[in-house]
Amino acid sequence: MTEWIISILLLIGGSFVLIGSIGLVKMPDFFMRLHGPTKATTLGMAALLTAAIIFFSTSYEGMSVKEVLISLFLLLTAPISAYMMIKSAIHHKLESVERTKGKKNVEDAA
Amino acid sequence: MRLEARFKWLPTPFLSLLLFIVWLLLNNSVSTGHILLAVILAIVIPLATSPFRTKQPLIIKPGLALRHLMLVLYDIITANIEVAILILGPTKRLTPGFVKVPLDLTHTMPITILASTVSLTPGTVSAEVYPWHENLKKGEQPEQRFLLIHVLNLTDEQALIDTIKQRYEAPLKEIFQC
Repeated sequence: MTEWIISILLLIGGSFVLIGSIGLVKMPDFFMRLHGPTKATTLGMAALLTAAIIFFSTSYEGMSVKEVLISLFLLLTAPISAYMMIKSAIHHKLESVERTKGKKNVEDAA
Repeated sequence: MRLEARFKWLPTPFLSLLLFIVWLLLNNSVSTGHILLAVILAIVIPLATSPFRTKQPLIIKPGLALRHLMLVLYDIITANIEVAILILGPTKRLTPGFVKVPLDLTHTMPITILASTVSLTPGTVSAEVYPWHENLKKGEQPEQRFLLIHVLNLTDEQALIDTIKQRYEAPLKEIFQC
């Protein structure tokens, strides 16, 4: 039973990380590319780490909750690194795709 | 809004609690020795580092903060699924956009939390907070701050702004009472 839960969580996590990476390849400009790694990958990692918690808690002696810390630090750092990247992209005046709405707002901020 | 904690020896109660939990998690044990060490570290480290930090508003409503955390975690899961669908769908149909959200928050800590939740939730990444202190003349106060966000698929700008303001900013204002 636990094996099933672990496998399903691993599959979910793996597919989310994969989808995040597909987003990196597929999206047309830098700003849209950022959405994949900041969101899909965070949840994917959370699912993988939950699987790790269940696996190590059931197969070896004692609970293992260290993985919670990894999720916590990921949740703290992912938005900040995304923010730093998008901020520098704005200062370098990277091109966004034609159909982007509200480009004027960027000029206000820069 | 309150900047000073109730007890002088505990300048940032929630940071101390976080340190306590992180120490126990790092050691993966709840033995008496580790609990004692965690308590000592949770008291000494914030005291030793408090001169370096600028004073930030303290959490005044912890119950509400916990509820808001649960809401954000739930939103992260739904937003992830939404973004996954958007990524896998046809790219040509996406209409990205930049939106500026007027901020009512004034302090850096609540703004940071808001920007991070916006980055992790509904198909948006926060890009810039402006105008910022460095860009203003000395002594000048910004009249209105804006949060610039990039949206992966922008359909209704006003609805998005309302969602962010009501769902994420209003609870933060209440938690920090500012």
